[in-house]
Amino acid sequence: MTKVLFEHRGKADIETFDGWKAAGGFSALEKALKMTPEEVIEEVKSSGLRGRGGAGFPTGVKWGFVPKGGEKPVYLCINADESEPGTCKDRVLMEELPFMCLEGALIAAYAIQAKMAFWYIRGEFDLSERRMRQAVEVLREKGLIGKNVLGSGWDIDFGVHRGAGAYVCGEETGLISSVEGKQGQPKLKPPFPALEGAFGCPTIVNNVESLAAVPWIVNHGGSKYSALGTEKSKGTKLFSVSGAVNKPGVYEVEMGYPMADLINKECGGALNGIGLKAIIPGGSSVPVMPADVAMKTNLDYESVQEAGSLLGSGGVIVIDENQSMPELLDILGRFYAHESCGQCTPCREGTGWGARILHRVHEGRGEQQDLETLDRIARFMSGTTICFLASSMSMPIQSFFKHFKHEFEALMPTIDAVAGD
Amino acid sequence: MSQDDHIQAANADDSPVTEKTLRLSPEREAYIDDLQKRYPTKLATLLPVLWAIQEQTGWVSKEWMEYAAQRCECPASHVLGVVTFYTMYHQKPAGKYHVQVCRNISCHLRGAPGIIEAVEKKLGLEHKCVSADGKFSLEHVECLAGCSWAPVMQINRTLHEELTPEQAVRILDELE
Ligand SMILES: Cc1cc2nc3c(=O)[nH]c(=O)nc-3n(C[C@H](O)[C@H](O)[C@H](O)COP(=O)(O)O)c2cc1C
Ligand code: SF4
Ligand code: FES
Repeated sequence: MTKVLFEHRGKADIETFDGWKAAGGFSALEKALKMTPEEVIEEVKSSGLRGRGGAGFPTGVKWGFVPKGGEKPVYLCINADESEPGTCKDRVLMEELPFMCLEGALIAAYAIQAKMAFWYIRGEFDLSERRMRQAVEVLREKGLIGKNVLGSGWDIDFGVHRGAGAYVCGEETGLISSVEGKQGQPKLKPPFPALEGAFGCPTIVNNVESLAAVPWIVNHGGSKYSALGTEKSKGTKLFSVSGAVNKPGVYEVEMGYPMADLINKECGGALNGIGLKAIIPGGSSVPVMPADVAMKTNLDYESVQEAGSLLGSGGVIVIDENQSMPELLDILGRFYAHESCGQCTPCREGTGWGARILHRVHEGRGEQQDLETLDRIARFMSGTTICFLASSMSMPIQSFFKHFKHEFEALMPTIDAVAGD
Repeated sequence: MSQDDHIQAANADDSPVTEKTLRLSPEREAYIDDLQKRYPTKLATLLPVLWAIQEQTGWVSKEWMEYAAQRCECPASHVLGVVTFYTMYHQKPAGKYHVQVCRNISCHLRGAPGIIEAVEKKLGLEHKCVSADGKFSLEHVECLAGCSWAPVMQINRTLHEELTPEQAVRILDELE
């Protein structure tokens, strides 16, 4: 199977400048700087690459939204906030292949003619942050970051910007607020960041994995990339598998790869041979799937959607049959309530009350109407808010109920118990 | 040492505590100066300034918030809003070892409850508490992006992966 992101993973010193250079690194940057920015955008468009941060928006198309020749400076934000439960792929890229990530970001910055790029990295990350800081400093010394990069006449500066613990800063407009030195509150769209983002200027926010694929695409050509994967989901994707498998880890497979193979071949099957109950295929925010349905699904955007969920960030969470679904949903509810930034009433109140009710249901202290109330909250806060955090709690509630309602019902006190008889 | 003594101890190296005399170390001041030259606005350097303060003093006191406000040319109320919005800025001194145990879904599936129980018992601490001697503080945290190596625990900036309760206790035992 063709590897795009992990082609050079594990090679000696690949995390250093010299190691990356020896593996052919920076040839894509040199090539891109000899092309016009428009040609680079076209190449990435033709690859069919879609954003790997969760939303799956075509990367080249997004870059094309930045106004050409405008007066205002353009900014690139690299989203390395990686906080979606179940997701730990960007960290591997930054720790093991920092110069590949940075080369991709430089090409993106050139394509949109950015003046400055912010590497927004979650505050808890240690090695990732050190690696990216080092990589930026090395490229500054080598003249690949700075004025007139490789004689192209284009100037670029980079800031490695450390977050401070807030899931909502992974949302692109929340991230922009945070870069601006504010509370990480998301902003209403439109205006879209590509027109009016950081500091009121055109801004592109891209996930680390999206950008990490760019050097390969520029080196081999967009058509080579789009030949991988399925008709509509091109290329390869990283999946971070966690939970009840024998070899959890981060794996690169072509889009359309069968979930059953990922679990059984890459991950060595179910942990200790215990039966599987459910799989969440794309990070904690996407709908849960019964294991038997998930195991018949292929890993591309369309197949997963047809089967009732979303590919999201590619965080595959595997749940064995001994787990209590109400307990897991209680954990997720608490998480979203904790992370709501509180700007939108449906989200602030919905996640807050939703979490409290989920908790008492899980503890067997549910009240008569609780399951209906949860259902209503989930419907009410979906699509009525500034960002998708509220929906990110609705989708788990609705899907856990759809497939595992009986587990919740079994925890409800019986009428007799409530009456005290 | 009581909690109050500990606060004083944490303040000791930057006394006298008045707005005017607060200074970061020369390297940190130079780092912020450099950022303020390159960043589009002074305000944009607020998160880095707060990090520099916390790295130097262990937490972000009211006095240092005033300093940050002056440094970034914004109201102190804005700084307070930012400090309280993000979970990683400490508004009171954390322990010398800040122990963060992940309680989210992937870690839960691989035994996080057992890790939390063992760590709480070992330290005699609950969520968001600091030990009387100031050596340890404990926090249950959300996903640390170590899900494929669950369960995980982070001490200061070091992540410990694939833990068993026994290993977690041993790691704590080995801390000076
Ligand atoms: C609540 C929330 C949290 C998010 N967290 C992240 C994150 O940690 N990392 C990320 O890359 N995208 C995250 N996203 C998606 C971003 O908003 C955005 O779509 C993405 O960074 C765009 O980059 P891409 O097009 O390269 O995927 C999040 C979205 C929401 C609504
Ligand atoms: S949906 Fe929730 S997290 Fe998003 S902006 Fe509104 S309140 Fe904040
Ligand atoms: S759930 Fe614990 S690190 Fe992700």
